[in-house]
Amino acid sequence: MVAPAPLLAAENLAVGYFTSRKTPHAVAENLRLALWPGELVCLLGPNGAGKSTLLRTLAGLQPPVRGQLMLGDAPIQSMSALARARQLSVVLTDRLDAGNLTVQELVSLGRHPHTGWLGGLSAHDEAQVLAALAATNTTRFARRPVGELSDGERQKVLLARALAQDTPLILLDEPTAHLDLPNRVALMRLLHNLARQTGKAILLSTHELDLALQAADRVWLLSATGTLHAGTPEDLVLSGTFAAAFAREGLAFDPATGTFALHAPAGPAVQLLGEGAAAFWTRRALEREGFVPTTSPAPLRVTTPSASGVGFWLCELPGQPAQQHQTIETLLAALRLLPENHPV
Amino acid sequence: MAAALLPAAKVSVVQTSAVPETRLTQAANYRRGAWLVVLLGLVALGFVLDIGLGSVRIPLLAVVDILLGNPTDTPAWKFIVQQIRLPKALTALVVGSGLAVSGLQMQTLFRNPLAGPSALGLTAGAGLGVAAVMLASGSVAGSFAIRALGVGGSWALVLAATTGAGLVMSLVLVLSARLRDNVIMLIVGLMVASVTGAIVSLWQYFSAPEQIQEYLMWTFGSLGGVVGSHLMVLSTVVGAGLVLAFASAKPLNVLLLGENYARSMGLVIGRSRTLIILSTSLLAGAITAFCGPIGFVGIAVPHLTRGLLRTADHRVLLPGACLVGAALTLGCDCLAQLPGSQTALPLNVVTSLLGAPVVLWVVLRRQNIRSSFS
Repeated sequence: MVAPAPLLAAENLAVGYFTSRKTPHAVAENLRLALWPGELVCLLGPNGAGKSTLLRTLAGLQPPVRGQLMLGDAPIQSMSALARARQLSVVLTDRLDAGNLTVQELVSLGRHPHTGWLGGLSAHDEAQVLAALAATNTTRFARRPVGELSDGERQKVLLARALAQDTPLILLDEPTAHLDLPNRVALMRLLHNLARQTGKAILLSTHELDLALQAADRVWLLSATGTLHAGTPEDLVLSGTFAAAFAREGLAFDPATGTFALHAPAGPAVQLLGEGAAAFWTRRALEREGFVPTTSPAPLRVTTPSASGVGFWLCELPGQPAQQHQTIETLLAALRLLPENHPV
Repeated sequence: MAAALLPAAKVSVVQTSAVPETRLTQAANYRRGAWLVVLLGLVALGFVLDIGLGSVRIPLLAVVDILLGNPTDTPAWKFIVQQIRLPKALTALVVGSGLAVSGLQMQTLFRNPLAGPSALGLTAGAGLGVAAVMLASGSVAGSFAIRALGVGGSWALVLAATTGAGLVMSLVLVLSARLRDNVIMLIVGLMVASVTGAIVSLWQYFSAPEQIQEYLMWTFGSLGGVVGSHLMVLSTVVGAGLVLAFASAKPLNVLLLGENYARSMGLVIGRSRTLIILSTSLLAGAITAFCGPIGFVGIAVPHLTRGLLRTADHRVLLPGACLVGAALTLGCDCLAQLPGSQTALPLNVVTSLLGAPVVLWVVLRRQNIRSSFS
């Protein structure tokens, strides 16, 4: 997918806030950004790195501290509010207080930059509203008041409003917050498809590292020190940039699994033999117990059912007969007894 | 699997959802249209009733005859209707729609269901403006004797009241933007009301008893006494306020989602806000100057209108609030005449008796009042 020009580009951009009229306080500096048509970009970073500030600046809701921000071929600061509203739409984390508004009325508000002074909808406007409802699968509750929606439904409706605004660029601030896992996955998939099929550029900030790594075409990684790395998620993981950005949190990112380790490995090494789902989940169970699973030889050895050939888990200790276990539960129970009997 | 999601959904909207959707929208539109017609009928009924009721009994048919310009055999009736009751009913129309629309605009602008001209101190600010004019002209004595003023005086009065209301509204807006708390606005309104109350008390302290009585009459709220040139001034100013309000229907709709969304949709917040403040101040200021602080119409009518018309669209709500406000004020004035008796109650007593339960109902019905301003 080769695009002629970026929809949004920034050079040497510094974002932050103004403590008083004159003194800017930059949260992130020297940002070099570009958004291309048809791509889904996830903005990641630890809390306080300035994700929301950057997003609000890109949306034109607050001025940049320094640097140039181009929307299309014009600087965003020189555009009129209306011209900007035809270029980019947003989904914010702001509370939605208008509980009596129906879903259809809310989505219709997205047509604001395209309608006349009274806000009447033309046939084209109505078609856009219906298409936005359909694309987000919200048509069936179009008549319901917004106040009665669940979090997941509301997030989709807000996305529908942004779609109805019919802009080449959509920015979303933490759209997956407050959603349960199925809703998070569904929303990410929807955004990914929208970017691919409509050619819109979609930028979202999120804390969902797993999902972002899977769904994003590119990742903007904002570190706590205010620098930004951009690239495909896989490159960022393999180069160690990803692990470094989150290092301050005191967490270890495992490039092999793409997850953060929940348990600090402290116990003895265990050689784990086997492959597939059983090996994966056995590994997880061993890690939870504090063991360090490895593929290299160790005094302690666990073999998964597929590899053992007998349909059981085998637990082998040096100088002892192999124990057979039908479940991971009994395997763990046996391993828990180890330190007393067998200081490894 | 995921790639199939979009086209499938698009097809389904054409085949299944689009048709019932328009039908539902039409049903809702018919319902709204029917209510607007009913409300229009209520306003007409209230108008005739309000003229018919009073200390002198005039049959309704005679009232209609006089209103239609037919000759009547009782010249006294004609005089009473044309010179006293017709101006009063027209004032009720103007006051009801004006206060209702100003309340509706404030509730949306502040995103607060309890906002209204009196709750936020606008009427108090207007009252202070009125008093300031009187003080400057050196006649503290006639502080609120609006009847005594000529046309020039009434324009000055409106200007002062509007400025007072506008200043209070801007102050509340600045504070609410800085503190981002709904309760703050109500507190500021209360404080402004206390300050003006204190100033007025001071004047009362140094005033003769008959002047105090005059001020007290003003605080009771009255639709009478706005005749001739005053009615013209009031109607002109309220009319201008209403035109501004209708012109801001689209910005008001977008403001329902909050200022950030509104800006992201291309609204120039400052300009729209100025327009809304100007409109609200004109409406509340002029009405308060001529009729005194009339409570609860501004806060209760928007809620009643939303309940009846079941919409948050200001293109429907603004005319709806006009009708409900006019009908309610006419109704209150009818009740104030105490049908069958010679006495008339102060209007404020009636609006409070009817309006306070409405506000309570709003608070109780929606557990979370923060989400019920629209």
